[in-house]
Amino acid sequence: MNSAPQTLYEKIWNDHVVGRRDDGTCLIYIDRHLVHEVTSPQAFAGLRAAGRRVRRPELTLAVPDHNLPTTRRVDAQGNRLPIADPASAQQLAALETNAPEFGIRYIDATAAEQGIVHVVGPEQGFTLPGTTLVCGDSHTSAHGALGALAFGIGTSEVEHVLATQTLLLQQSKTMEIRVNGTLGYGVSAKDVVLAIIGKTGAAGGTGYVVEYTGEVIRGLSIEGRLTVSNMSIEGGARAGLIAPDETTFAYLKGRPMAPTGADWDRAVDYWRTLPTDAGARYDKVVQLHASDIAPSLTWGTSPEDVVPITGVVPSPDSFADPSKRVAAQKSLDYMGLTPGTRMQDVPVSYIFIGSCTNSRIEDLRAAASVVRGRQVAGGIKQALVVPGSGLVKRQAEAEGLDRIFTEAGFEWREPGCSMCLAMNPDKVPPGERCASTSNRNFVGRQGPGARTHLLSPAMAAAAAVTGRLADVRELVTE
Amino acid sequence: MEPIVHVDGRAYPWGAKNIDTDIIIPAHWLKTTTRVGLGKGAFESVRAEPGNLFDDPRYAGAPILIAGENFGCGSSREHAAWALTDMGVRAVIAPSFSDIFSGNAIKNGIVTVVLPQDAIDRLVEVAKEQPIAVDLETMTVTTPFQDRFAFTLDPFRRQCLMEGLDEIGMTLAQDTAISKYESGVSSARPWLHQESGNAGTIVERAGRP
Ligand code: SF4
Repeated sequence: MNSAPQTLYEKIWNDHVVGRRDDGTCLIYIDRHLVHEVTSPQAFAGLRAAGRRVRRPELTLAVPDHNLPTTRRVDAQGNRLPIADPASAQQLAALETNAPEFGIRYIDATAAEQGIVHVVGPEQGFTLPGTTLVCGDSHTSAHGALGALAFGIGTSEVEHVLATQTLLLQQSKTMEIRVNGTLGYGVSAKDVVLAIIGKTGAAGGTGYVVEYTGEVIRGLSIEGRLTVSNMSIEGGARAGLIAPDETTFAYLKGRPMAPTGADWDRAVDYWRTLPTDAGARYDKVVQLHASDIAPSLTWGTSPEDVVPITGVVPSPDSFADPSKRVAAQKSLDYMGLTPGTRMQDVPVSYIFIGSCTNSRIEDLRAAASVVRGRQVAGGIKQALVVPGSGLVKRQAEAEGLDRIFTEAGFEWREPGCSMCLAMNPDKVPPGERCASTSNRNFVGRQGPGARTHLLSPAMAAAAAVTGRLADVRELVTE
Repeated sequence: MEPIVHVDGRAYPWGAKNIDTDIIIPAHWLKTTTRVGLGKGAFESVRAEPGNLFDDPRYAGAPILIAGENFGCGSSREHAAWALTDMGVRAVIAPSFSDIFSGNAIKNGIVTVVLPQDAIDRLVEVAKEQPIAVDLETMTVTTPFQDRFAFTLDPFRRQCLMEGLDEIGMTLAQDTAISKYESGVSSARPWLHQESGNAGTIVERAGRP
């Protein structure tokens, strides 16, 4: 027994060690595995070529999301509409063949439960505290919001998990990111995580598993916590954890794949033992205060390029590091921005409300509360709302949110990754500027030449109704 | 996987920071179900610029790429590693790598060499005119000008590269340990069980053209 105080990460890690090699590499057991259509075909092909089976098919859940068009998927008679892009159709078909062949549960493209893997996992109760969860997708970090050690893996590792239900890993260093205080009016979970990345940098978390702590994190709903953990990867950390608490248990209870009856009680007892012990040591600690966090957004092509909405486009000369100066100049050229311009004076032409960062019901409510009674501004060429799952969509429709959006001039779509990475037909054309609730503002991320500003759902709604980057606090009063 | 001990030859003298996986291979190239042929899409947005270094005949087919910090940040797509191997890159030298990328790289026989920024600056200068050499046996990067930079790599990853090991085969040999772990968990944390097999599966021929 190890009686020294431990962090949440160390507890989960130690409970999953199957074996330890002399060089320190550990064989770690994987409790939950999510699979989508883009990063899995080569893994299944590898298994097939080697004549290997899936060790524990019931621990894997497959859902298509990246390629699916967000337009209607069935016709008036309820028949499946084919996917126009043959390459996308082929990737989807591969998953549909592979899942049943290897005995893996599969949520079909037209099922109400279908959605973005990182929305579906928590929503179904597939994601549980104290588990190890992986997916061939970097935003798997999101699931850490429920206290699961969750991280993205490559396709070779997907194959490794399918065949062995384990991964060979080195233990990471730990970093505590503590956010103290109370969030100001109009400041959301997205602003918190943007502020964190703005402070720590896009590589700040490399080699670390982050644990988010402090009053602000405790006060967030599971939806908000998912937004924060989701973008751990943008700060360089492979995983971001939040200790499970009453909010977590209340969220999970009654979810379709969550434990029930006596199992539930035993699970909750165990989950209560997981939070970091008093006196446990992190390798690094970063602190932020809520009063320093304003509604924020990105100006450049790295998620660390963060400014408050009240700020201006920075000048490359303002960076001390010469390579950052060069990078900033390139970003500004790509983004078509001039230093000194007020962020609020920058017009936008596309709006994307969606992605695994911000497509849950709370996000849609926040955006709708800004849109209500207003119209999408004249200069906006397209404004999309893409719910994270069919269940989120259904819930939003029950609350009448879809009508608020469509009456204002938004398009109300079927769930999927959509304009977050432009693998499906939803793209931002070259040179157009998009206010997006997604997580990456990389060059070409939303389509070749597309210019992305990352922000919260309420801020995206504010941009939609004003036609420019706008301070949501000026549109909705407290 | 082919064992790899030395990588010698020309190097792309790039040095750019925060090269994300969307730059290495844009999303529209990910609609493939195989691991080959992605070299065509590698660095597409960089190649769109005239005079870029990937289309410079001096570096054509170079097996080494020199980059700035945080190389391979962004998505988990192993397509980034497949694109690099497909264009002939077998070693990337940078001050730091994203965790996911470095794991993917090793599994595809790409050596990730971490060196401090001043060494990178020097190598970028040298590589403009001269070849460089990465050696896993001595764990050094050397140039024709007697530069010698030592690097470290975790021993397991080094062994995987040098022996071309099949990790899945190695882990499958641990079957008894995995089964023992599983039976321990089913009594300690029984709620982790899921319904088995295809229960609840909805399979229709979605998207078939
Ligand atoms: S919504 Fe975007 S970030 Fe999330 S899984 Fe899909 S493509 Fe990846």
